[in-house]
Amino acid sequence: MESRMIQELIKGCLETLYMVGVTTLVAYLIGMPLGVILCVTDKNGICPLRPVNLLLGVIINILRSVPFLILLVAVMPFTRAIVGKTYGSGATIVPLVIAAAPFVARMVESSLKEVDAGVIEAAESMGSSRLQIIWKVLLPEAKPSLIVGGAIGITTILGYSAMAGFVGGGGLGTIAVNYGYYRYDNQTMLVTVCLLVVIVQVFQELGMFIAKHTDRRITH
Amino acid sequence: MKEWASLFVGKKETGESPLIELKHLGKTFRDGAKPVVAIKDINLTIEDGDIFGVIGLSGAGKSTLIRCINFLEKPTEGQVIFDGVDLGSLKHSELLRTRQRMSMIFQGFNLLAQRTALENVCYPLEIAHVKRKAAREKARKLLEIVGLGDREKAYPSQLSGGQKQRVAIARALATDPKVLLCDEATSALDPNTTRSILELLKKINAEMGVTIIVITHEMKVIEQICNRVAVIDQSHIVEQGLVKDVFLAPKSRIARELILPQTEAVEEVHGERKVRIVFDGNSAFEPVISNLTLECHAAVNILGADTKNIDGKAYGQMLLQLPEDENAQSRIFNYLNTRKIPYEEVC
Repeated sequence: MESRMIQELIKGCLETLYMVGVTTLVAYLIGMPLGVILCVTDKNGICPLRPVNLLLGVIINILRSVPFLILLVAVMPFTRAIVGKTYGSGATIVPLVIAAAPFVARMVESSLKEVDAGVIEAAESMGSSRLQIIWKVLLPEAKPSLIVGGAIGITTILGYSAMAGFVGGGGLGTIAVNYGYYRYDNQTMLVTVCLLVVIVQVFQELGMFIAKHTDRRITH
Repeated sequence: MKEWASLFVGKKETGESPLIELKHLGKTFRDGAKPVVAIKDINLTIEDGDIFGVIGLSGAGKSTLIRCINFLEKPTEGQVIFDGVDLGSLKHSELLRTRQRMSMIFQGFNLLAQRTALENVCYPLEIAHVKRKAAREKARKLLEIVGLGDREKAYPSQLSGGQKQRVAIARALATDPKVLLCDEATSALDPNTTRSILELLKKINAEMGVTIIVITHEMKVIEQICNRVAVIDQSHIVEQGLVKDVFLAPKSRIARELILPQTEAVEEVHGERKVRIVFDGNSAFEPVISNLTLECHAAVNILGADTKNIDGKAYGQMLLQLPEDENAQSRIFNYLNTRKIPYEEVC
């Protein structure tokens, strides 16, 4: 493989990591509070609020049911309004966030719901406010599960970002599509696929490792 | 301890008023299709310094009752008066501060799994905005008191059931509560651990002056630590009084069921006359049964017997099967009456 190609692959890797990194960050900034709201406003939550829970649930379900490739095209006007263009890794972040935030919200919700109801009741019996329960009980107690969710979230976003390659989304996806699909360059295709697999493995294993080693329920 | 002064809400009555008064307390759950009455018309008075037991079978409403006392469940009827303040009249923020003076421990311990023992004890102090250093010092002292001074860095997963409950007790004591609510606190523990946890609660009551309310389905818990008891059955309080009075003369069906010696034989000899006799502290030293058989010239069958230690006094009870002969029976009743041995016929 010539050095120009290798350089392109390195650039692709970096672009992919940039897209995934920024998307994960923004998706959690939006999805985390939404997940908390979903959990606490549930009918068994610490602050049951049925209308809010229902409305938020419906919006998230709608966004989650649109296949990513269609969402990618559908939000193009919105993307152009924000970034000024619809191609390249910067622009791809917009649809990636729109697809990932609801996903993150659901992951966070399910992690928080795993926290033992008895522990929450104990915190309430000690006079904790709702905010204190969220900050000092729900989030810390769910931490290992949230980290595992984060690893799954990153790998899902990585998959989405590669899909964006079909519409010039940048990164490894675009290289795979341009060389492997349009030019029948199987070797480059194979290398990009391998790179994607390696990146997924690294994030997944790292997430599991951190989760396991910070979880105090397991005695080491 | 200056911080605590600011936490006292409402007016504090200094007179002889009871610490906790439940007036016509009721709770009906209405989330399902049919409303479910959990407790109804509960009237209880708990004095400062009491170890008050509430006993009942599962489903009787005990758990709802104790959760209504600190408004974890909001009662649908009646009042909870704590230290002269009607909890129902408090704003949410005031209620939260009041809860810091009425701690609770649970059957499932409910410790924060991601915090060490010490950090668990610090939790209620963080909630009360106590400075970190002062909180840790206090938490250490409390862990010493419950006998876990050397385990402060352990996580709950590294502790046994009894140790977890000790951490939970230390945590509950952190905010210097006036009352400690115990919801089946020993039900998940083995008999030896149960005894040591109950001893600890007794010590806390005696030395720190914390009033304790115990919810349980086990008579032995009541016998070991309570001075007063209420029996709850099908959402109502059916009987209450001093533990020794209820033990000597249980009036309600459910109290008898809980107090009578548990023997299989009781079922088999059903139909004949049976008598439960109770010894108080004095007659426990007399050979009552030997004298009875000698004086009445009648043999009795002992179906079951046990002794209990209530308030430091020995109480025994015995379930006797009487002979068929009616004359012998009347001699026995006569003997029991003249010797003033409390008894009751059981069917």
